[in-house]
Amino acid sequence: MKKVLALLLTLVLSLSLFAGCDGDGAESDAYGDATAVIVVGPDSGTKMEIWTFVELHNVFYAHMLERWNELNPDRQIQMTFVTYPYSEMHNKMTMALQTGVGAPDLCDIEISQFPNFLRGVVQLYPLNDALAPYIDDIVPARLDIYSKDGRFYGAPTHVGATVMYYNVEILEKYGIDYTTIVTWDDFTAAAHQLKEASNGEVFMTSVDTGGSDWMWVAMASKGEDWTGGSEAGPANVQLDSVYRMLSMQKQWLEDGVAMISPGGQVDTEQGWANIIDGNIAGFPKAMWFMSRFLNYMPEMAGKIAIAPVPVFEVGDLRSVGIGGTGTVVSLQSSDPTLAADYISFAKGSYEGNLAIWDILGFDTVNTSVWSDPDITTDETNQFIAYFVTNPFDTLNEIKDEIGKIAVVSFSPTINETINITTLNAIFEGGMGVAEALAEAQRMIEIELH
Amino acid sequence: MKIKSFLYSKKVAPYVFVVPFILSLLVFWAYPLFSTIQMSFQSILPGQIEWVGLANYQRLLRDTVFHTAISNSLRYMFWTLVLLIPFPMIFAAMVDSRLVKASGFWKALMYLPALTSVVISGTLFRLLFAEMPTGQMNILMQWLGQAPVAWLKDDTLALMALLSLACWRWTGVNMLYFMAGMKNIDHDLYEAADIDGATGLQKFLRITVPLLKPTTVYVLTISVYAGLAMFLESFMLWGGNNSPMNIGLTIVGYLYRRGIERNEFGYASAVGLVLLVIALIINITQLIINGSFKKEGK
Repeated sequence: MKKVLALLLTLVLSLSLFAGCDGDGAESDAYGDATAVIVVGPDSGTKMEIWTFVELHNVFYAHMLERWNELNPDRQIQMTFVTYPYSEMHNKMTMALQTGVGAPDLCDIEISQFPNFLRGVVQLYPLNDALAPYIDDIVPARLDIYSKDGRFYGAPTHVGATVMYYNVEILEKYGIDYTTIVTWDDFTAAAHQLKEASNGEVFMTSVDTGGSDWMWVAMASKGEDWTGGSEAGPANVQLDSVYRMLSMQKQWLEDGVAMISPGGQVDTEQGWANIIDGNIAGFPKAMWFMSRFLNYMPEMAGKIAIAPVPVFEVGDLRSVGIGGTGTVVSLQSSDPTLAADYISFAKGSYEGNLAIWDILGFDTVNTSVWSDPDITTDETNQFIAYFVTNPFDTLNEIKDEIGKIAVVSFSPTINETINITTLNAIFEGGMGVAEALAEAQRMIEIELH
Repeated sequence: MKIKSFLYSKKVAPYVFVVPFILSLLVFWAYPLFSTIQMSFQSILPGQIEWVGLANYQRLLRDTVFHTAISNSLRYMFWTLVLLIPFPMIFAAMVDSRLVKASGFWKALMYLPALTSVVISGTLFRLLFAEMPTGQMNILMQWLGQAPVAWLKDDTLALMALLSLACWRWTGVNMLYFMAGMKNIDHDLYEAADIDGATGLQKFLRITVPLLKPTTVYVLTISVYAGLAMFLESFMLWGGNNSPMNIGLTIVGYLYRRGIERNEFGYASAVGLVLLVIALIINITQLIINGSFKKEGK
């Protein structure tokens, strides 16, 4: 009897491994409970639900919903806004679409997660018809990144143009003029000058081991793309631009003019602290990073300037679109056409784009906003007031130089390999750049075949 | 009346009593288990479910990241066994003895971490082991005259961080098991030993440890499972499922990455089953060695 009992106990405990996984999920779900549930709109309107992972986005959607209801008395919507933490929301959405139950009408999906939602038979409603009235004003690349077979599944929020953020307080103190930095050679020279002037206390920048923004900058500047530019591929990380960027960064570390980003990249708790502490003089990041300054680094107001990203050779593209959120309409929606029309109005119309800038501080996909003097010279705007330079000056300067890196079904594989293994192997582990890229290529090919 | 005779029937009643358990076992354990086995032979996407035979398992053999996850989990499990069985046992014996004053206070203090959410403690440990010179652990290092280190980027140091989180959290719980076990040891044995002039250490080694064996085997068994199934600690320590060079990736972490984050449920099911098989092999071997399967009375 004891034998049987012992065996049973072993089995039950083993099975509880699976229950254990569920339990863990439940616990993180408890942590990830919806932080905000708000209902906006008349009771008579069509009931809809939207999931977001940034609470601030709700303010924008609610504002646009009120406008929609004003303009469309016969197509009223009552929207329930639910905010979950980033990964919980995407995981819930994956599950809901996989199982066919429980998805909201609308959902924000972050760009790096988007390819996962385009696999299999796409469970999303195409927005082509709804976006048609606005499509001419929208940067085409931002629609393409959320599309499959010519169907647009996500309404884009911003361009995500990458720019340099410079700490002018530091640079002025050590006599460096960031406006003269045009190429990476200039940047490197300034870095050495800064090291000398500050006795090595301040670094020119921090090099990421947990994010590939720098690689995107490098690839876009030379018109290269490690995804091959489309779903057809082939994935190839052994690109000249990537090699040059990594070699240059490795050299910076060896010369002691740059540091490794604490936390793996700038957009982390440790990364923000590093900026506030004044350890680095500048770094490239997309325009949406402006809101991080306002939210998490208020003490840096009046110290940060925005400028174009340096290039290898004069004439290379000086920016690349990084990051983004595509809002999708689920096929499970009670009225997908209405949901699609609303979200296209909110994100595609000129009015909507003005609200995106005012509320969220993003570089809007309707670029005519960028040259509207009412907007660009509005000193009361919190974003314009915070920075030393006017963000629109830089944006308009690089307007036609914003490159694009494709986001395809195998992008997560490339990102995972580079961000987890390759960058660490090179910068922390001392591996040679060519060797590490060859190893990355091998790992990616194993996984893709 | 029929119902009453039914309920009072000695033959039927036991089955009625176990029905809720059997049902929950079937619905929440047996069904998911068989469903997982089935899914591990499939490729599963919305609206596209295909049988792929052994493809998922063949891929596991080639998948070096999965191998890293297995070795991480095994290593973590091994060290939790080394740290979380002898020390809690010694602490339990100490708290149980007359040498320690205010034992209730110590018990409560040691148990307290188990009551905190892993999410909160993981976040605290992440900040504690931050790589900046201002992180608590690095301040400590500087007091000791050492240079600050990047704790969560180095294989060995990261394991130490994970283990310190595990010890902080589970020492009290295991201590509680051992204290409960010690309550079952006949006090006369200690008195007899006292009369024979045994020292405290002898009493611990010759009486406490051998008679605690059923408790130890139980703690060992659950620790093997807990060690292999660890996920949330690592997830919270690195603020996500990705750690540099995958040093914090566990088998369940990999299952989560594949299944939930990358929407590859078929492949993730195969990962889960491999975990189940590893856990079963280790534990059945361990239980055989410890004699749990021997006939009673031997």
